Amino acid sequence: MASRGGGRGRGRGQLTFNVEAVGIGKGDALPPPTLQPSPLFPPLEFRPVPLPSGEEGEYVLALKQELRGAMRQLPYFIRPAVPKRDWRRLPRELKIRVRKLQKERITILLPKRPPKTTEDKEETIQKLETLEKKEEEVTSEEDEEKEGEEEKEEEEEEEYDEEEHEEETDYIMSYFDNGEDFGGDSDDNMDEAIY
Amino acid sequence: MTQAEIKLCSLLLQEHFGEIVEKIGVHLIRTGSQSLRVIAHDTGTSLDQVKKALCVLVQHNLVSYQVHKRGVVEYEAQCSRVLRMLRYPRYIYTTKTLYSDTGELIVEELLLNGKLTMSAVVKKVADRLTETMEDGKTMDYAEVSNTFVRLADTHFVQRCPSVPTTENSDPGPPPPAPTLVINEKDMYLVPKLSLIGKGKRRRSSDEDAAGEPKAKRPKYTTDNKEPIPDDGIYWQANLDRFHQHFRDQAIVSAVANRMDQTSSEIVRTMLRMSEITTSSSAPFTQPLSSNEIFRSLPVGYNISKQVLDQYLTLLADDPLEFVGKSGDSGGGMYVISILTTCHLLSSFLSRFGSRCARIFRLVLQKKHIEQKQVEDFAMIPAKEAKDMLYKMLSENFMSLQEIPKTPDHAPSRTFYLYTVTILSAARMLLHRCYKSIANLIERRQFETKENKRLLEKSQRVEAIIASMQATGAEEAQLQEIEEMITAPERQQLETLKRNVNKLDASEIQVDETIFLLESYIECTMKRQ
Repeated sequence: MASRGGGRGRGRGQLTFNVEAVGIGKGDALPPPTLQPSPLFPPLEFRPVPLPSGEEGEYVLALKQELRGAMRQLPYFIRPAVPKRDWRRLPRELKIRVRKLQKERITILLPKRPPKTTEDKEETIQKLETLEKKEEEVTSEEDEEKEGEEEKEEEEEEEYDEEEHEEETDYIMSYFDNGEDFGGDSDDNMDEAIY
Repeated sequence: MTQAEIKLCSLLLQEHFGEIVEKIGVHLIRTGSQSLRVIAHDTGTSLDQVKKALCVLVQHNLVSYQVHKRGVVEYEAQCSRVLRMLRYPRYIYTTKTLYSDTGELIVEELLLNGKLTMSAVVKKVADRLTETMEDGKTMDYAEVSNTFVRLADTHFVQRCPSVPTTENSDPGPPPPAPTLVINEKDMYLVPKLSLIGKGKRRRSSDEDAAGEPKAKRPKYTTDNKEPIPDDGIYWQANLDRFHQHFRDQAIVSAVANRMDQTSSEIVRTMLRMSEITTSSSAPFTQPLSSNEIFRSLPVGYNISKQVLDQYLTLLADDPLEFVGKSGDSGGGMYVISILTTCHLLSSFLSRFGSRCARIFRLVLQKKHIEQKQVEDFAMIPAKEAKDMLYKMLSENFMSLQEIPKTPDHAPSRTFYLYTVTILSAARMLLHRCYKSIANLIERRQFETKENKRLLEKSQRVEAIIASMQATGAEEAQLQEIEEMITAPERQQLETLKRNVNKLDASEIQVDETIFLLESYIECTMKRQ
């Protein structure tokens, strides 16, 4: 510590190497001090190499853009999931419709949900396709609900899957039936008598 | 994995597969192999989404899995494989030049879907080709299968490892994940399929050809009712083979540039002969006798044996060492190093100027050189030379070697020699390339996002026009619709399109450099 401080005080302006070798000769002006950060895009001194053009270049370019578009349409492109809705804040009626469809669809949908890590990739792809279609319908469905439109489209299978994923429980949502549908189900053809 | 590589992988995954797959993929690349639950926990995504994402990644050969003890399956991402996605257009175009449209579509389908069975590929490609043909003509499956077989024979497509056929005597429960095996011999073995049928157009699927049996008309939505004959045999594109092809192309063009056309043809013949005998990453091709070369020369070149020998001697004596004389074998990898040097040089030319390139070449030639000597040999004024040397040093293209004169290593009495190590310079350049491609992609996405509204509007207008044309609308109506896009908007669209094209083309070009640098680094590492 002491020697370093001492070196600074005593040999001010002397550097360990031969200054001339660097290129700053005696009496030469030092480069101007930098007062601001270097510009964001430093000026380009030399032109860059020209881009590939001609038939091959254009073909590959078109191919690239086409591939990009095509991959978005394939089932491998997974859209981000719909966010959770807080059902307490939304009018009840928006949810009941979901439940009603659920009941009809349960038996059909259950076999379609074996664990996802299956070996056969083709089945997985088809499942992904159907799931993706479901999610797309869910997204459009949910958006319309949020905007409060009145159209009640009878699209099947959408809310069920989405809620399953949301809740991540092993139980089906309708297990927690709180008796809302009790009165409404009288429209269905039920064999049992209603007490 | 460097930060630049990870960033690039993330951009590629996001563009092609969406955000969820990107999150999972990047997480795996960063942290190495992990199991399903840990991934879900660390990334904070739901288990189902993780499962979906992993399915997609495994399907496309981007992630591999392994069963560990206690039945836990761990997934590992292949970062380099993700980076190959940049090169898909180049692969497809190469196949087009070699095997025309049919081959091109086959490879395209394989790349887009990761893995496919042969029958699925043939069907898809036939349908696509039928779409483009005139009305009434359809594409026969047989022709597509033939092209497929040829691709397999030249190793451009290969079989994926398949589930081993276990005997029924296995009493235990099936393992949580299959260990896929592949026999070397079977990798290019095409199953004997009799695929009869023709391609179908999408709209009129009822107009099948008369002779087609009913059983071979499955619908796309439901599962196939009958078992596919080659079930379980999946094919994928063999990227290494494509790389070998690119390398050969680069070598041949380099020879053609340096010498004349004939010598490049000779080199091309030599390379083609050793295409299948040499593995893709061998430093040298197998030795070939000049007789063999003579016999395999393409028909157009009827040069006599002596002339061929002369050419070979010329090639062998060339200081760039294309061809080695040990039994007339070919030095493939030497050429790659030369090509890399040329690339480094050209990158200098563009960034620093021709004088810098001169200095660089000089240092390369002399291996170690002092600062004063640089000025003398390169005939560049001292100040400029120093400036450039230091610039290159700061960018790590050069390194200093100290040779002390005195035991106390006093700086004023030490020799400082400049030297260039191509390997580290290549690595540095590669890193820069990754960064630049990432920047290009980001800029392109930014441009597209800025003009999203305009793009959507123009797409809608196009759709309207197309549908109106289909239903036969008048000229005036069409014009009205077209005027929905005002002139300045049209200009904006034009500019956008031009910029995006430029950015895309730059990506493709940088990718070529990346390929060269990567193969150089790979083969140099192998040689050491």
